[in-house]
Amino acid sequence: MTNEQIAQDLIAQFGEDNIFGIVENYGILNVTTTTDTIVPLMHYLYQHPTFKFQFLTDLGGIHFPDVPSHEFGVIYHLHSLENNVRLIIKLYVSRENIVVPTITGLYACANWMEREAFDFYGIIFSGHPKLERILNAEDMDYHPLRKEYPLEDATRQDKIDALFGR
Amino acid sequence: MSEIALVSSPFVGLEKAQEGKKYVNDLTTLNLGPTHPATHGIFQNILTMDGETIIDAEQTVGYIHRAFEKIAERRPFYQITTLTDRMNYCSSPINNMGWHMTVEKLLGIEVPKRAQYIRVIMMELARIADHIICNSILAVDTGALTGFLYVMQWREHIYEIYEEMCGARLTTNMGRFGGMERDLSKEAIRKINVLLDDFPAVLLEFEGLVKRNRIFMDRTIDVGAISGERALNYGFTGPNLRAAGIDYDVRAMNPYSSYEDFDFEIPVGTKGDTYDRFLVRGEEMWQSLKIIKQALNNLPEGSYHADAPHYYLPDKKEVYSNMEALIYHFKIVMGEIDAPVGEVYHSVEGGNGELGFYLVSDGGRAPYRLKFRRPCYIYYQAFPEMIKGSTLSDAIVTMSSMNVIAGELDV
Repeated sequence: MTNEQIAQDLIAQFGEDNIFGIVENYGILNVTTTTDTIVPLMHYLYQHPTFKFQFLTDLGGIHFPDVPSHEFGVIYHLHSLENNVRLIIKLYVSRENIVVPTITGLYACANWMEREAFDFYGIIFSGHPKLERILNAEDMDYHPLRKEYPLEDATRQDKIDALFGR
Repeated sequence: MSEIALVSSPFVGLEKAQEGKKYVNDLTTLNLGPTHPATHGIFQNILTMDGETIIDAEQTVGYIHRAFEKIAERRPFYQITTLTDRMNYCSSPINNMGWHMTVEKLLGIEVPKRAQYIRVIMMELARIADHIICNSILAVDTGALTGFLYVMQWREHIYEIYEEMCGARLTTNMGRFGGMERDLSKEAIRKINVLLDDFPAVLLEFEGLVKRNRIFMDRTIDVGAISGERALNYGFTGPNLRAAGIDYDVRAMNPYSSYEDFDFEIPVGTKGDTYDRFLVRGEEMWQSLKIIKQALNNLPEGSYHADAPHYYLPDKKEVYSNMEALIYHFKIVMGEIDAPVGEVYHSVEGGNGELGFYLVSDGGRAPYRLKFRRPCYIYYQAFPEMIKGSTLSDAIVTMSSMNVIAGELDV
């Protein structure tokens, strides 16, 4: 079972409109998908008789403010423990509609991972049992890992990011 | 005890738990933590209790959240090592090495065998230190203080070895991109040999005190159990997953830093209860000693760091006498060296499980995005499920045996 086989199988199953951006980074297959496909895709990979991607290693958000209509991303790290193959699935949504379906129905561990992504990026996971802030204080009104949130204390004048080449 | 009819309660958690059920007593809400002497760290649990029995629990996390992922986005790569120290502070060398290996993967640096072996030695020492703390404190939580004092002496000894290697004890900042900052010194080798010679007897003594102790067994067997299937679904890794019977170990499955050269076994449990977690950690310490022995005996000759002048700090003598070394030193320290564009995921077997680093670099001096996969954060979610139906004292023991480290939980 090679990365190419997995990619071919996924394209055959879900079509090229829903599985794209296929690259291999340091031996790990990366595919990009759409919000409508993510839940069926996860279930398909979980139940596949040979792939058996049944372990969710990690889930995290990412923010690309300069990419129009794909500002926010969710990155899923799957691991097939039986075949020892890893797979990264990416999913991008626009700033206007940051809603991604939850996968807590399939993986219990996705609960806090999704809460963390919500906390830091404001990505809304529809259907999540308890989408609340987890690491930050409940009364925060911003999402701190978004790129527009300043790296330094915004009130300080002596530490301008541009001066430090950031 | 007679059954008491329940009236609707002002507590939301209680109402949820009481839906359609009858309990022996009135339900009470118990606030365990955030600072509680039995939880070893800042953890809050809001427990819903029916007399002595836990009906439901809700954890609050984030008390020591320090925004490492955000801070990392403005720091040069080498300054992030100090952030990783503070994640699982019981085994910081593993975090340091994991981060170094992630960046080396991105930069394409080939690390010499000798450096890889030294790393393995330091990582296994860290694993022993980590498991010593977890197991001995588990014993303390069940009321056995003596064993804790015996083995804690040896954690101190391991910290002295760290000191010999990097000058620090707890937050080690050990190693550099491309290898180690210094070779194993004679004193370090002597200290490791002392550990290999004398620690087994102490560990045996500790196990003799605790392992077959009737009180300890009564307190831990079938307490806080989780099935292998549930553990996988909850994203368990490390000793906690292996205690549930699943032999997933990053060291064996995706060997890094020459782990494939060593002969070691992966202990697994059967029931996934507190006693199994204790046994798995105990056995892993023996395996770690075995690995250290092999690494020390077969330590290859050669350099302890890669020839990567752009990323590896030059020798101080060179800096004072050689123009190029001075330039590289300045550029590295000022964080003026850009990393290539790329996305890397690398994971190592930390003290608690798969410690992963997902690094997205846009070609700048600092990561564009850095996501830490902290095993604690992921498996601590299962805590309510594991303690439902048990007593408060069992919950304390379960938490202790899961080895939830606040620094790793909250980053």
